[in-house]
Amino acid sequence: MSAAVLLILPIIVPAVTGMLTLLARSFPSAQRVLSLLGTTALFATGGLLLVQVQAGGIQATQMGDWPAPFGITLVADYLSAGLVAVTGFVAAAVAVYALRGIDAEREKFGFHTLFHLLLMGINGAFLTGDLFNMYVWFEVLLIASFVLLVLGNGREQLDGAVKYVGINLVASVSFLAAIGLVYGMTGTLNLADLAGSMQNVRQSGMEATVAMLFLIGFGIKAGLFPLYFWLPASYHTPPAPIAAVFAGLLTKVGIYSLLRVFTLLFPEPTGYTQTVLLVVAGATMLLGAFGALVQRNVLRLLAFLVISAMGYVAMGLGFFTTLGLAGAVFYIFQDIPVKTSLFLMGGLMERETGTNQLGDMGGIYTHRPLLAAAFIVPAFSLAGFPPFPGFWGKLTLVQAGLAAEQWTLVAVALIAGALTLLIVGQVWARAFWRPARNDGLVSNMSAGTRTILQGPVVGLALVLLAVGLYAQPLFDLAQTAAVHLTDTGPYVQAVLGR
Amino acid sequence: MDVLFALLAGVLTAAGVYLLLRRSLVRMLFGVILLSNAVNLVLFAAGRTTRAAPPIIPEGLSAPAGAVANPLPQALILTAIVIGFGLVAFAFVLLYRTYATFGTVDADDLAREPERGEKGDGG
Repeated sequence: MSAAVLLILPIIVPAVTGMLTLLARSFPSAQRVLSLLGTTALFATGGLLLVQVQAGGIQATQMGDWPAPFGITLVADYLSAGLVAVTGFVAAAVAVYALRGIDAEREKFGFHTLFHLLLMGINGAFLTGDLFNMYVWFEVLLIASFVLLVLGNGREQLDGAVKYVGINLVASVSFLAAIGLVYGMTGTLNLADLAGSMQNVRQSGMEATVAMLFLIGFGIKAGLFPLYFWLPASYHTPPAPIAAVFAGLLTKVGIYSLLRVFTLLFPEPTGYTQTVLLVVAGATMLLGAFGALVQRNVLRLLAFLVISAMGYVAMGLGFFTTLGLAGAVFYIFQDIPVKTSLFLMGGLMERETGTNQLGDMGGIYTHRPLLAAAFIVPAFSLAGFPPFPGFWGKLTLVQAGLAAEQWTLVAVALIAGALTLLIVGQVWARAFWRPARNDGLVSNMSAGTRTILQGPVVGLALVLLAVGLYAQPLFDLAQTAAVHLTDTGPYVQAVLGR
Repeated sequence: MDVLFALLAGVLTAAGVYLLLRRSLVRMLFGVILLSNAVNLVLFAAGRTTRAAPPIIPEGLSAPAGAVANPLPQALILTAIVIGFGLVAFAFVLLYRTYATFGTVDADDLAREPERGEKGDGG
């Protein structure tokens, strides 16, 4: 398959699947099969794209044959292709879980359709090489996520959705303002073209202003300090499959855009940009962990851990070194399946014990040993425990911090890591290790339902374990991605042909 | 002309931020609308406010004959307006549902709501 087709397929496949599931809206079982097939196809195209990029370098294609920088370009470098492949993987896992994990009411009101439109927006944001087009994909995924969040009309859901919608509208405004200023000063919106045209912005003294507008826009979506309060207020309200996609992928789109825009537009930031990034990263890691420490609701606790993880990635970017970026990219790659798996797990824990309060849970280890085993991998990966993949990510980030002589931040990262270990240890001790309150679990799931719900969680855990034990291929990928983020020459060459 | 646009965008932004900080969620949404219009003006001014011919290529030529206006900002603003309209329409329906469910759109009252709900579930 030619590269041009492979580049557009990760957007087309979910779009078509979404439409087909809409056509089949009176037939829930057909919808589920379509959804499963669609995500499998998405995973396959993502994998093929990654193979293509690894074989032939950065791939780019011009939409409608309008030459860059005038038309819209789709680009897949190592980072984008890797993210698209991982997205396909977790989407397939969530689609399996959703076979039984979503209620009939939500299916009737278009869960499957919205899920695939969300995936389309996410892949579009990962693959586009145009700043304004990135804004459009953001809005595509936002509107899908808005509806997914309120689907079912629960009281808590409405309350969470109001905050989520309000703050995300502000984020879009900030992002759009940054685009307007950049366009006014450079006359182009193509990211590769912008990489060579930013001297006007630098000379105007507006670089830091524009960088901050981008940081606010993407920071809100990524859940960075002090813009994260909407996240724990809304992520615990929707059912597990929806929360899992949100936690696994939406914040990653924000942080990906931050990496993409900052490495191309502000490779050597002047003024306070780097300081702000580093302070934000440190505060995000620490406050995310503190927030999780005091939560009694398991899903809220997990939401705070999503925030904390984003701090590590922002820290890797803040160093502005290749090693830091390699750590950040590796961390994103492994954090997507980790967060998806943990939120699916959170849903299962709630179903098995009949409560989302940590204090009332118990007995999962005795009664559901497979579930307990599958919890260990993502949870302790999050805490940075060897041999799980999170350890390698944090190790690289700490090494990069030491090389950059950012002692304070390294200390903060280690403290946040220790706190995370304490938190997941507590969850393990209370929900899993401790005996059940009333001799057994309350769930009355059939064996078939339980197998389907546990399948994706176990599968994700096995893959994560394999990646942790044999991290070299993924690390090489992250390393190459980081090299291309630091030296933007090949990216520009692939897009502009010069 | 640019000064006028800058002033207008500034006033809209200030009013928008003021409204965003209000407790009433309806006012907050009005704030978002003002902000997004301020940004649309920024996009418009970014394309330079010049008097020039429409950017239409005469028949038989492959490029415009003389200096033409920049059509791109209009295209961007149009896209942004359409997207913004869709999002705001959704947000208003969401607020209406919130009002129908909770009987209030005051952020402080809504903040107290979940605690009451959790207590209700336990009892």
